Amino acid sequence: MSEKKTSEMSFEEAMRELESVVSQLESGDVELEASIKLYERGAELKKRCEQKLKEAEEKVAAITLDESGQPKGTTPVEGL
Amino acid sequence: MTDLIDDDPGTGGNAPEFTVSEISGAVKRMIEGEFSHVRVRGEVGRVSRPRSGHIYLDLKDERSVLSGVIWKGVAARLATQPEEGLEVIAVGRLTTFPGQSKYQIVIEDIRPAGVGALMAMLEKRKKMLEAEGLFDPARKKPLPYLPEVIGVVTSPSGAVIRDILHRLRDRFPRKVLIWPVAVQGEKCASEVARAIEGFNRLTPGGSLPRPDLLIVARGGGSLEDLWGFNEEIVARAAAASEIPLISAVGHETDTTLIDFVADRRAPTPTAAAELAVPVRMELLAWVDNQGARLSRSLSQGVTLRQQRLRDLSRALPRPEAIVETQNQRLDYASERLRNALVAVAQRKRLRLIEASASLRPSALQGFLRDKRQRVGQIADSMALGVKRGLRNGQRDLDRLGGRLVPGRIARETQIRARDLDRLSRRLSDVGKGQVSGWRDRIDGLERLRQTLGYTETLRRGYAVVRGNGEVVTTREAAAGARDLEIEFADGKLAATGIAGPVRTRRKDEPPEQGSLF
Repeated sequence: MSEKKTSEMSFEEAMRELESVVSQLESGDVELEASIKLYERGAELKKRCEQKLKEAEEKVAAITLDESGQPKGTTPVEGL
Repeated sequence: MTDLIDDDPGTGGNAPEFTVSEISGAVKRMIEGEFSHVRVRGEVGRVSRPRSGHIYLDLKDERSVLSGVIWKGVAARLATQPEEGLEVIAVGRLTTFPGQSKYQIVIEDIRPAGVGALMAMLEKRKKMLEAEGLFDPARKKPLPYLPEVIGVVTSPSGAVIRDILHRLRDRFPRKVLIWPVAVQGEKCASEVARAIEGFNRLTPGGSLPRPDLLIVARGGGSLEDLWGFNEEIVARAAAASEIPLISAVGHETDTTLIDFVADRRAPTPTAAAELAVPVRMELLAWVDNQGARLSRSLSQGVTLRQQRLRDLSRALPRPEAIVETQNQRLDYASERLRNALVAVAQRKRLRLIEASASLRPSALQGFLRDKRQRVGQIADSMALGVKRGLRNGQRDLDRLGGRLVPGRIARETQIRARDLDRLSRRLSDVGKGQVSGWRDRIDGLERLRQTLGYTETLRRGYAVVRGNGEVVTTREAAAGARDLEIEFADGKLAATGIAGPVRTRRKDEPPEQGSLF
């Protein structure tokens, strides 16, 4: 298993690995030491998923363009 | 005046008279003045494209035909190339061609007119892009599961962006960047294409963060309204986008060119938002569920192991029972070991004592004395043997010396010396005879040589004349010579300056004589 830091993982990556950790642990043929490690990994992944789900913040901005049509900044968009 | 009237019998009297060129010029001025900028709608008839680069075509309707020309420079600029059967609106000016009594339209712009024309052109573009492989399913990129930033290319005002934001808010609020564009009209295509390219040029995580996902959206409308999304530049920009792209243009029944090259097509802007993000609440529930399964399976694993441990430990015998017998064996063996050691030591000591008893100095000395005596005996007998050997050798030498007699050798020597003398004498005699023979022959030959030589001839009264060291045989040679010299038998005489026929004649003679010999 690739031990990527969970803090660097996208929601999808964390989700995929959490799924695989749970099914490994549920299969029951993992040694005790390994199963404890798996559990800890799973808990971290779950935390990462929850964190990414908590970051559900809406922020809408419109790009402002200069005369040649190149982006030069943004203005917040409200009330839509 | 009467002449004029007579010559002009049929027509009205005072109508002015034109030449052909004058009337042609007048028509030209009139037409070009009246129709300097016209829009003409019609179907493209026969189109010819000579190598000059100009395009000649006919515009027609049910009853009439109008010739048209598109000059090379204009033809290159055209967004739509005219083709036979296409309904078009041409913009340009009318002009005449006096040489052939013709008129035509010089077209400055030409574009399709009407839905049928547009559909036909759309089909053609579709075929071209499809042939290039831009619709290939293998080209389509998967959408990110949960995009962080979503870029929306659409009009900033209107129902479309509102629908998208609402649906996003319901499902999973995200960061949204709107790139405002005109969604219909002239500028639509170029702005949409530039927006797609512009989003792709942003850097991830910058002040303007590059989106993970693009939505190109527009509400429903007529085919003409949506036409910008059928333009080739839009389709190519969408195909080239490295960011996954969802197209949501018009209603479900409207299909535009961008839908074929987009990674996903959404029937409506709302549906695009649904494709873009998962539902947050569902994910939260899923994560909770995973967490519960995680804990349950771990504790289940531990419980199962505890149970097995209990079962196994029940089957284990008491550890003391395994050790007791062995303990006893150890005690017994260690006891025997001590006894055995003592016994072994005693036995060894006894043998040592026995062995050392026979070991005394007097015995060694006796042994040494015997050996020394034996060495003395051997030395005595060795000396006797050597003396005897010497004596025998002397005796043999004496006997051999007596047999050596000198008289026999001397006799042998005398006989050999006599033989040698005899042989030497014979050799000397033979040698002398040989030598005197050779001398007689030499004397004979010498005498012969002297009679043959010219010196003998000189003795008989002849002489040899030489000039400049060479023998002179003719008078002519003698007259030319500077130093004449005459050789007689008894010597030579210089004869410089002497000239006489007698002498020269005599000088000639010796060679003649010589040749007789």
